Amino acid sequence: MMRFMLLFSRQGKLRLQKWFTSMSDREKKKIIRDMTTMVLARQPRSCNFMQWKDLKIVYKRYASLYFCLGVESQENELLALEIIHRYVELLDKYFGNVCELDIIFNFEKAYFILDEFLMGGEVQETSKQIVNRSIEASDMLQEDDSSEWYEVELFG
Amino acid sequence: MPAVSKGDGMRGLAVFISDIRNCKSKEAEIKRINKELANIRSKFKGDKALDGYSKKKYVCKLLFIFLLGHDIDFGHMEAVNLLSSNKYTEKQIGYLFISVLVNSNSDLIRLINNAIKNDLASRNPTFMNLALHCIANVGSREMAEAFASEIPRILVAGDTMDSVKQSAALCLLRLNRTSPDLVPMGEWTARVVHLLNDQHLGVVTAATSLITTLAQKNPDDFKTSVSLAVARLSRIVTSASIDLQDYTYYFVAAPWLSVKLLRLLQCYPPPEDAALRSRLTECLETILNKAQEPPKSKKVQHSNAKNAVLFEAIALIIHHDSEPTLLVRACNQLGQFLQHRETNLRYLALESMCTLASSEFSHEAVKTHMETVINALKVSLPQFGSRDVSVRQRAVDLLYAMCDRSNAKQIVAEMLSYLETADYSIREEIVLKVAILAEKYAVDYTWYVDTILNLIRIAGDYVSEEVWYRVIQIVINRDDVQGYAAKTVFEALQAPACHENLVKVGGYILGEFGNLIAGDSRSSPLVQFNLLHSKFHLCSVPTRALLLSAYIKFINLFPEVKATIQDVLRSDSQLRNADVELQQRAVEYLRLSCIASTDILATVLEEMPPFPERESSILAKLKKKKGPGKLPDMDDSRRSVNGNTEHSENTDTTNKSSTHSFTDVLNLNSAPSSGANLLIDVFSESSASPAATEVSEENFPRFVCKNNGVIYENQLLQIGLKSEYRQNLGRMYVFYGNKTSTQFLSFSSSVSSSDLNIHPKAVDPVIEGGAQMQQILNIECVSDFSDAPVLNIQFRYGGALQNIAVKLPVMLNKFFQPTEMTSQDFFQRWKQLGAPQQEVQKIFKAKHSMDTEVAKAKILGFGVALLDGVDPNPANFVGAGVVHTKSTQVGCLLRLEPNMQAQMYRLTLRTSRDSVSQRLCELLSEQF
Repeated sequence: MMRFMLLFSRQGKLRLQKWFTSMSDREKKKIIRDMTTMVLARQPRSCNFMQWKDLKIVYKRYASLYFCLGVESQENELLALEIIHRYVELLDKYFGNVCELDIIFNFEKAYFILDEFLMGGEVQETSKQIVNRSIEASDMLQEDDSSEWYEVELFG
Repeated sequence: MPAVSKGDGMRGLAVFISDIRNCKSKEAEIKRINKELANIRSKFKGDKALDGYSKKKYVCKLLFIFLLGHDIDFGHMEAVNLLSSNKYTEKQIGYLFISVLVNSNSDLIRLINNAIKNDLASRNPTFMNLALHCIANVGSREMAEAFASEIPRILVAGDTMDSVKQSAALCLLRLNRTSPDLVPMGEWTARVVHLLNDQHLGVVTAATSLITTLAQKNPDDFKTSVSLAVARLSRIVTSASIDLQDYTYYFVAAPWLSVKLLRLLQCYPPPEDAALRSRLTECLETILNKAQEPPKSKKVQHSNAKNAVLFEAIALIIHHDSEPTLLVRACNQLGQFLQHRETNLRYLALESMCTLASSEFSHEAVKTHMETVINALKVSLPQFGSRDVSVRQRAVDLLYAMCDRSNAKQIVAEMLSYLETADYSIREEIVLKVAILAEKYAVDYTWYVDTILNLIRIAGDYVSEEVWYRVIQIVINRDDVQGYAAKTVFEALQAPACHENLVKVGGYILGEFGNLIAGDSRSSPLVQFNLLHSKFHLCSVPTRALLLSAYIKFINLFPEVKATIQDVLRSDSQLRNADVELQQRAVEYLRLSCIASTDILATVLEEMPPFPERESSILAKLKKKKGPGKLPDMDDSRRSVNGNTEHSENTDTTNKSSTHSFTDVLNLNSAPSSGANLLIDVFSESSASPAATEVSEENFPRFVCKNNGVIYENQLLQIGLKSEYRQNLGRMYVFYGNKTSTQFLSFSSSVSSSDLNIHPKAVDPVIEGGAQMQQILNIECVSDFSDAPVLNIQFRYGGALQNIAVKLPVMLNKFFQPTEMTSQDFFQRWKQLGAPQQEVQKIFKAKHSMDTEVAKAKILGFGVALLDGVDPNPANFVGAGVVHTKSTQVGCLLRLEPNMQAQMYRLTLRTSRDSVSQRLCELLSEQF
């Protein structure tokens, strides 16, 4: 399973944090610090994987943002890399050419999209269409809050 | 302003985020945030009821502030209110806040659970999903208790929507991981397994994750999943890439599901049913075949997804470890990847081959790739060598795993030559690996001795004590190598600059076996002695101590140099050495050589007896460094590959039959004997340094009632402390005094604490001889705690690395503020704190004389106010104070009753928290 996903900028500013197991704030802060320093120190064209304690760290940079996943040791690194990519695709589809600012100003949306895709540290739904449809459906609910829930069904 | 603001943007939130981004400094940001917090607080507290939108907006702002790294201590109630809103967006923000800022406050958990219960019962799939996500995100025990029986029902109900089934499966998986005892599977098992046949691939993917985790724990209960998983996998790998519609990822059919199915199959041995088995073999062959087909897309996503499935299939093949053809094909496939231009694939191939090397069927096949792996280490060959340290690390791991008697010499030689340029971060590990391989595969021990001396020459700083202890242990135990060892160290010591570790090994070996080479005039006793003594003045105290022992051994071995050595021992620099240990040795050895008869000398200074065979301390150290699973040691890795209960009987037999049988000359794998501190006991005679990094807490109790003094002292270093505390904050001044006349280099210190926030100021890396350096530690007490922090110090003194760990006297009572109170107040509170767990009492014997004034001083030093005239018995002491932590304040009352006649005390503490009462009682009772 995945233990956490972090998004941070090239300057090491944290943009999103998702924890899939319960951890104390201290532990979280330590992980965030370790990840940003380790990942930012990597040479370009290094491989996307690292060993850190008992975890595999899989990271990839998209434009100004680093996406960093901590997964347990039996997980498949290449697929973890593609989890990151699929999340970027989902963000891209939603925001239209997503950039760091979109995630800063719409952090709650970034969380909602992630929650449609991953749950409890596992992949919940890998189909881009299905995830997009449910995000769109909840946006419809947002725009017309008085609507009944079966609106979701119309798109499902 | 954001380029996009979809849905219903919250304008106020966007403005606030812009403001924060425009802040020029940290201070400005904090100021802006405090202003916002005050505003939100007043809105929440105001008389006017807030509408849902405003509540949502403010909760969202709080969330943003929290994610910036600030603490949020209110707003939870408003977030919980949002949960019961019937507007989706408000509910959604409420759940997000709860998921991110879980609070263990039990009242709230009950309210949250109530909202979840309503949403689960709503039959509205969107709301149900939100609720299930919240359970999975928080995953607390209370939630497991409330919902563990409900969720399986939702999962297998016929009318549950697909998206809800997916959430329910993963939610159940999460609860099973956190509170397995609360998730009863029994009656649901068959229906959950049946989900593998579901029409919806998303449901199958989620269910496979759940079943895999459950099957790891109870393989028998989920046995039926094997045939379903094989059938499903077979349909996927043979499908045309468009069949699976949106589950095809860059022309690869359902990669996530495929990998999960392959993972599920790794919970079981190969299927016994022949038809099933051959169907699975077909699947695996198809996957291997696909790797040879031309790619359907140039995109890296295509090759990643395809290779992800391939690597997982190889993992299954290695796990089964039963089909030699598949194993060899897997190995050849990995061999291709070893030379791939993608760094990622090289890395994974090295990692995967490491496990393959432990299979008896493929060990030989793996060995054929040795040259390629060795090339991966060569930075000078850019077409093979990788600049990436993680890849080279893997290459070293693999070489270690593929090493056997046939290739040991070559692999050790390559690792040694790589060591000269290796990254600092992995040098110590390479040193350990070389030392282990050299010992494990040594046929003739001259090669072993050469290898270790080379190690010291190339990477002396990274050769830990275990390594040089071990070479001495082996030389002492094997008389066929002693002469060679003496000759070789003698030659190595000729070098004008040699590492201090070499001087240690040289001193020890010549002291024991110098006589074996003394016949040659080029290495006569006097030459040997002069050689050793020429290094003496450049060495650290422990090494000098060892050399002095070597000298006295020389006196016994070679009576002809006795006078020379006595002169050396008698010189002022020895007899009056500032170092106590050296001075004592010089005095004692000199006296011993003067008064003892030859017979007595010969008995006292007899050759060291052979060491008992124990587990190699080097191996133990490597294991500790890498963690148990990470060592590709033959036996270990086979056990973890096949490590499920189903298979364990087979494993035993394969284990016995797998006969690369490394003749375990030195009993490398034997269990460590009870006091496995190894040579430390033997060496304590010759080495004055304390055993590595045992935490010193000798002086710790002295600091319970005072704040200043010397906390640690050895021959090199003195550490003094001065500290002051106010409420929950403290500041400690640490003074490091260099007692020697030599510089301490690379001085560094760190503090590890599990409960306190401690920020040490940076220190200078050099402490001059005789000088003192000050370091300031800022301390914050977050909540009540019992473990004291540990100060770790490292520095180089004359080439030897010193590690010191000292327990710092920061205890709970340091955060006391004394409280004066009247007799009436005291007894009123005393009664209020009457619950049994709030009181802790201890009756104990006095360890010091029972002096009233001393006792008073100690109680005041403990931090509480001493209250006169409260206790009816004037001989008793009564005190009161408040312990300040960041999160709470805990009031504390104490009473100490001396009984002079019995020489006993009775100490009673009452506080509102049992952990605090307990800890304070432990601390104070030790003081009398």
